[in-house]
Amino acid sequence: MLPQQIVNGLMLGASYALVGVAFTLILGIFDLLNIAIGEVFMLGAFFALVLVTRGVPLAAALPVAMILSGVVSVLIERFAFRPLRAASPVVPLLSSIGCSMMLQDVAVNIWGSERTQFPPSIRVASFPLGPILVSSVQLVILGTAVGLMLLLHLLIQHTRLGRGMRAVAESPETASLLGVEAGRVMVATFFVSGALAGAAGVLVALTFSIISPFIGIEIGLKGVAAMVVGGAGHVYGSMLAGPLLGIAEVLSVAYLGAAYRDAVVYGLLILVLLARPSGLLGAPERPRL
Amino acid sequence: MLSDYQQTLLLLTGINVLLGWSAWLPLATGQLSLGNAGFMAVGAYLASLLSVQQHWPLAAALVAGAMASGLLGVIVGFPALRLHGIYLALATLGFGEIVRTFFLNFEPTGGPMGMRGMSGTTLPMVWAWVAAAGLALMALRHSRLGLSFDAVHDDEVAAELSGLGVTAVKVGAFGAGAALAGLGGGLYAHHILFIEPSTFGFLESITMVLFVLLGGMRTFWGTLIGALIFTILPDLLRFLHDWRGAFFGALLVALLIVRPSGLLPRETLRLPLRVLAGSGGRGR
Repeated sequence: MLPQQIVNGLMLGASYALVGVAFTLILGIFDLLNIAIGEVFMLGAFFALVLVTRGVPLAAALPVAMILSGVVSVLIERFAFRPLRAASPVVPLLSSIGCSMMLQDVAVNIWGSERTQFPPSIRVASFPLGPILVSSVQLVILGTAVGLMLLLHLLIQHTRLGRGMRAVAESPETASLLGVEAGRVMVATFFVSGALAGAAGVLVALTFSIISPFIGIEIGLKGVAAMVVGGAGHVYGSMLAGPLLGIAEVLSVAYLGAAYRDAVVYGLLILVLLARPSGLLGAPERPRL
Repeated sequence: MLSDYQQTLLLLTGINVLLGWSAWLPLATGQLSLGNAGFMAVGAYLASLLSVQQHWPLAAALVAGAMASGLLGVIVGFPALRLHGIYLALATLGFGEIVRTFFLNFEPTGGPMGMRGMSGTTLPMVWAWVAAAGLALMALRHSRLGLSFDAVHDDEVAAELSGLGVTAVKVGAFGAGAALAGLGGGLYAHHILFIEPSTFGFLESITMVLFVLLGGMRTFWGTLIGALIFTILPDLLRFLHDWRGAFFGALLVALLIVRPSGLLPRETLRLPLRVLAGSGGRGR
């Protein structure tokens, strides 16, 4: 029973980790909290829904949904963040909440406020792995999440854009003196962050097979929790904390009752903030990329 | 004179002013709380328990609810002192969610089924509380304590070096804000007649901050205007039907871009005062 729970928690946690990374990229590089990531995540799920319903195979629907989510995220940057660059960080936080309201309402108007069934897009099969049963859906979810995180790792460590990101995270002034165009890095980072959140939306839609315009807030807050527990601004921290939170949540549902799942996650969030504000992996002084 | 409907809007405006001030108090010392719905829930549930099950008079139940929330605020405020800016906001967010989950599991107040049987909030009662709180805030603004709020807000280290009790100021502001949220919650419960845990979610906490922000972060008068606009505007926008929320969100973003320090920044308020004092325009 326990190994099975841990596998289920890992699947859920993979999505939390992706959303957490989406948050932490923006926070780590620009010290900004983009609450609307929750809604980008939700839109990712709906983009995939539209595509899969039209007969597009999942393998094609996922990248398209990611690109569209990335574009939405770039639009959020353009309208809610860029004009507020000079304001205190709390102001763009609130304008991103304005974007959240807007996007959620648009989604409700297009797709309705009811829960929508996500069409089965993968041939369901189960593979026994010792005492555990792993489904084909779970393998796709885990494979996608791990693959995306590897890609992100390569992007950050081995590309020109990644060097720019790290430079801006270290010091925006120095980076701009060295010829890094901070504006461009910002647009690119928002795109990557949105694409990851959108991918998480598709994965959560696969996990639960049911989506609604209101999943953004719930999973968004879980992503924020994953970000903080892992170390805000620390990409690899979110990758680690997401699965931890997923497992903690599934275990608390199994052993304490479904009503405690959120209390356990947010309890961990507060505990980490108070005992180790820099998170699991963050350096004590400067939690950075 | 006023229709029932207009009276309800005014009453809700009053409650929202109290909730807005509950977010303003910590903000005035530089602390952003995204968990005030948690304090609101504690005040709402406790006042409701006392008035419905213990048959306390409403005023006493409201005061008890506010005091319990205030006490909880102080208890939460102390460890929260370690955190700053976005991290404090995230911790309070977690706190709010935990309170919501607590009431979801707490059977004496109905758990997920919610609680009913409260009644008695009237329009004059709400605005009497608003007036009392407003007078207290006005007295605060013109006191040494009000100045120390500014000092802590602007530069905590400098305030500490000048011998201010930064800890007491911040925890006090946090606790007083929590008490106001509890009061607002109690009034709200006895107006809306039915409460459930989801009433006190993340969005409610956010809304309180938005009242403050819309009005202007550095003066509590702004919150009055912010709460008024936020309560009346969705109603005026009814002609937009299903697109109200989208329009509202867009309006919020636009407003922040045009006026990042709110509709009523402190400078606007100060200007007439400076002119009166004969020093208008100096230094600006």
